[in-house]
Amino acid sequence: MDLLTVLQVLDSTVRLATPLLLACLAGLFSERAGIFDIGLEGKMLAAAFLSAAVAYTSGSAWVGLGAGIFASLLLSGIHGLASITFRGNQLISGVAINFLAAGMTVVVAQSWFGQGGRTPQLSGAARFEPITLPFAEALREVPVLGPIYYELISGHTALVYIALLFVPLTWWILFRTRFGLRLRAVGENPAAVDTAGISVVWLRYMAVLICGVLCGIAGAYLATALQAGFVKDMSAGRGFIALAALIFAKWRPWQALYSCLLFGFLQAFALRPDVIQTVVGFKVNGQLLDVLPYILTVIILAGFVGKAVPPRAGGEPYVKER
Amino acid sequence: MDAMPKWADVVLIPLISLILAATISALVILAIGESPVEALNLMVKGALGSTYGWGYTLYYTTNFIFTGLAVSVAFHSRMFNIGGEGQAMVGGLGVALICLYVPWPHWSLALVGGILVAAIFGAAWAAIPAFLQAKRGSHIVITTIMFNFIAAALLNYLLIGALKPKGSMEPATGKFPEATHLPSFQDMFSFGETALFRGAPANVSFFVAIVACFAVWALIWKTKLGYEIRAFGHSESAAKYAGISPTKIIMISMMISGGLAGMMAINNVQGEAERLVLNAVEGAGFIGIAVALMGRSHPFGVFLAALLFGFLYQGGAELALWTKIPREMIVVIQALVILFTGALNDMVRAPLERVFLAFKRRKRKAA
Amino acid sequence: MTTAPAIELKGISKSFGPVQANKDISIRVMPGTIHGIIGENGAGKSTLMSILYGFYKADAGEIFISGQKTAIPDSQAAIAAGIGMVFQHFKLVENFTVLENVVLGAEDSGLLRPSLARARRELKALADEYELNVDPDAIIEDIGVGMQQRVEILKALYRRADILILDEPTGVLTPAEADHLFRILENLKREGKTIILITHKLREIMDATDTVSVMRRGEMTATVKTSETSPQKLAELMVGRKVSLQVEKSPAQVRDVILDVQNLNVTDEKGVHRVKDVSFNVRAGEILGIAGVSGNGQSELLEVLGGYEKGTGTIIVNGQPIDLTGAKSDGRSRRERGIAHVPEDRQREGLIMDYHAWENVAFGYHHDPKYQNGMFMNNAAIKADTVEKMERFDVRPPDPRLAAKSFSGGNQQKIVLAREIERNPDLLLIGQPTRGVDIGAIEFIHQQIVALRDQGKAILLVSVELEEILALSDRIAVMFDGRMMGERLPQDTDEKELGMMMAGMNKGEAA
Repeated sequence: MDLLTVLQVLDSTVRLATPLLLACLAGLFSERAGIFDIGLEGKMLAAAFLSAAVAYTSGSAWVGLGAGIFASLLLSGIHGLASITFRGNQLISGVAINFLAAGMTVVVAQSWFGQGGRTPQLSGAARFEPITLPFAEALREVPVLGPIYYELISGHTALVYIALLFVPLTWWILFRTRFGLRLRAVGENPAAVDTAGISVVWLRYMAVLICGVLCGIAGAYLATALQAGFVKDMSAGRGFIALAALIFAKWRPWQALYSCLLFGFLQAFALRPDVIQTVVGFKVNGQLLDVLPYILTVIILAGFVGKAVPPRAGGEPYVKER
Repeated sequence: MDAMPKWADVVLIPLISLILAATISALVILAIGESPVEALNLMVKGALGSTYGWGYTLYYTTNFIFTGLAVSVAFHSRMFNIGGEGQAMVGGLGVALICLYVPWPHWSLALVGGILVAAIFGAAWAAIPAFLQAKRGSHIVITTIMFNFIAAALLNYLLIGALKPKGSMEPATGKFPEATHLPSFQDMFSFGETALFRGAPANVSFFVAIVACFAVWALIWKTKLGYEIRAFGHSESAAKYAGISPTKIIMISMMISGGLAGMMAINNVQGEAERLVLNAVEGAGFIGIAVALMGRSHPFGVFLAALLFGFLYQGGAELALWTKIPREMIVVIQALVILFTGALNDMVRAPLERVFLAFKRRKRKAA
Repeated sequence: MTTAPAIELKGISKSFGPVQANKDISIRVMPGTIHGIIGENGAGKSTLMSILYGFYKADAGEIFISGQKTAIPDSQAAIAAGIGMVFQHFKLVENFTVLENVVLGAEDSGLLRPSLARARRELKALADEYELNVDPDAIIEDIGVGMQQRVEILKALYRRADILILDEPTGVLTPAEADHLFRILENLKREGKTIILITHKLREIMDATDTVSVMRRGEMTATVKTSETSPQKLAELMVGRKVSLQVEKSPAQVRDVILDVQNLNVTDEKGVHRVKDVSFNVRAGEILGIAGVSGNGQSELLEVLGGYEKGTGTIIVNGQPIDLTGAKSDGRSRRERGIAHVPEDRQREGLIMDYHAWENVAFGYHHDPKYQNGMFMNNAAIKADTVEKMERFDVRPPDPRLAAKSFSGGNQQKIVLAREIERNPDLLLIGQPTRGVDIGAIEFIHQQIVALRDQGKAILLVSVELEEILALSDRIAVMFDGRMMGERLPQDTDEKELGMMMAGMNKGEAA
């Protein structure tokens, strides 16, 4: 197996890991603040649709991105309202949002484009094009490092680089700012935050908002970068894989990057049965690789690989104790 | 003191939630450029206007009764079983195995066998998440979601591989032998020249579902086990005081729940398809959540809610045929129902309680 | 010119529904003093402090801080007024470091590092000055409760609190840690800080405070200089010289030992040692009353006896040991051994509030064959039984179909009592039998307890109400800090002595 094949697989890994990473970071903010979010899937899907639809009509992928973020924020708002203001069951709310997105995207797509629930194919500026980093062409011939730079590092769409930048940014926000400290506190012990005179409600809404923005980017990426348009159910369970990655990463940003890369790698690997055969020596079912993230998550949750302790106050609406 | 009478809690709140969901759906339909009234007419005609329509409606209803009962039983012990989808898939696997590999002499025996095996397989699929919740504190919602995906992958693997008949391209098992075929409504209710329910998939499992409703009712409200399940669901601390074991309750209630979800397979796999196909469950496990929430986890409410969703499903199919409204509109309605009855419960409940309180105060003043 | 009091409360009143927690409370706390507030359970101390910290709004009355009238609508206002509170249950983020907890909410700016750096310097200064040693980088869940409490104090000082309120601070501390705490408080006082110490422990009051206010049943009964009073006088003010509650009872006819507890130890899930090497016994035909302020181990004792908490030691019932840790250490096995239990918290444990009265009558005894009918429960039999019980125990309204939450506190308790007493147990455990119960029902409940004792049963009564203990018990034991302080016969003791034992002092020590 030659370097080029390895690079191709790794290249796929990064492209496939990107939506997972964005959704994972989205979930990170929300859950660290104590709001469980199993609706990442729905928000991604809604964003995928609206970004593709608007990108098509406007001819610009960036405008589409904005629309995608808007769609995701809308659903985030509902989740926030149900979980924070009305103190409802966060898990049920998440389930409802997933269905809402699954249904509405097709209904609206059909109504707008009449193509059986999809948007038309995107092309030109309505899609995010790969960006060639400086000197990539020139360095291409350099042994080993050249192809790595050209194939793997350069040539991704803008959103991939943005997603990767979000990892240190998330880390910095959570661990180097006042806001991050308070956000983490509110997911562990909201009473401590409340008695310090800080608004629990405001913090949680902020977290939900950030989650919405990141899911929006994830969804837009799916439809306008990874693929060329929206099709029904295109999120294909990625929101749940992102949730699995989040648990696998024990709710930490850099670990989220690694676990998303791992799961992205499994997806990329599954697409190349020939490579699998060469590496492992026998035919490994692609499905096994697809299902591995889920099995790994259950193992983590069962506490067999260290403890995966979620934010202590997660999933519980905050009621002032007297 | 109760803030509002029991009937309001049980009937009024789901009703208002339904009206809210229906209103929003009507707005969506309007926005697409169709008439909500027209749509409703079409749905009623398509789902309830002929025995053919009823045959489809009741077929879907049967599915939703099983999955709705499944979620309900788990809700009574405060467990949110989202894994009905996967449990139904695995139940289907069990049904396929015994129908294909056991030489049944008569359909009635095959039915009993199917019920047992489907329930056992479904219960087993729920047992692992239940165990992890009880003993390791792993959140049952996350684990059951994961198990849904694992079930789908497992079924996929088997239907492309071991269970697929040689030479076939389709990821499905072969047709079940004649002796396992369950009588459909057409078989049961056509007399002489008239063929009622012609071509509709409703079958004898509908009656099994009805029996299941009664059985669940009896279990939850008439037996010792049901008493313990409900007590634990209300208060874990009180349950421990009374000597009720949390582990036992979580395991048993989840396994019964999984078993009920698994039993759905006698309807869709054994009764309708008469073989096991990919995506046989088609989201029925998730609709069970909406059904359980609307039906307030009571078998009678579940029956009514299942009927409602059966109507929506068949009506939705008709809509998709004759109008621009796609089948996915039903998913939207399902989502709104779950949202209003489940997560936004307080939004409906709080103003209602205030209304009743105001009435009480006025009555007291007048007295 | 006289110094203005650091805090002055005038006429503070607060009610919660029919219960008046604070009645026209007036108090002056002078700056640079340690002012103790002592009182029994339900005296109203916590409510008063919650008003001061902005959690509740008083129905009436005014607050003056350093002579200025101040409104305290929320905790932010309290902090701004220089009030810092150290809660009984710490408000710390367990997986943060000490430094992060101190800084939370008091950050200097959006960027964290400068705030943490400044906090680190300040903490060092505070530690040196007041002996408030903490490891700033330690994670809260890894450090002991002693250091956690110091973190809470530091939080308040970091926010420039001049007035520090500590609510039952030594409940979770070892004696050494408690001594360290009081040294810290002395240091703070020296620097001019004002300290309010809420406690039920007499020794702490006598040793550490300059002034002490006594609260009883929502009222401030006295404020005196500690040097001018004595433990006996304080105990008297605390428990009051009331006309003794009279309960008709003939002398006890005591027989065999039914319950024999030897060297019982219970540690809770936070690792705090709640019951420390307790031994006692109860005989048939007698009522052993365990007095004590809540939180001194009585709850854990009852939970172990009731089967839903683990412990070590030996417990023998009717001559046979009962399982304390294994498979048979649950509520069902206890009931099968003839132990009935009226728990301290009827709403969280004794009843399922959403269950009908008849369903609650079977609670804990739902395995009884006479409640079964083949595969199903014999609901008719349970309902009939409920009707009878409701009549015998005068439960109002006598409707078995009403949900438990629809009954008044007294009637709820009667349902629980009826259920447990009519089981004809050999041993009856009762915790706080008349908490939240109206006067009419109290008398009835007491009569039922005495009647059971006269039938030759053994009764273990736990109550924070001294009157109740004195009126009902044939023997009295006092629990303080997880230990048995001693046993007395009711005719040989009085509230003063018991009050002192409940507050941690034996008669001999107070002299």
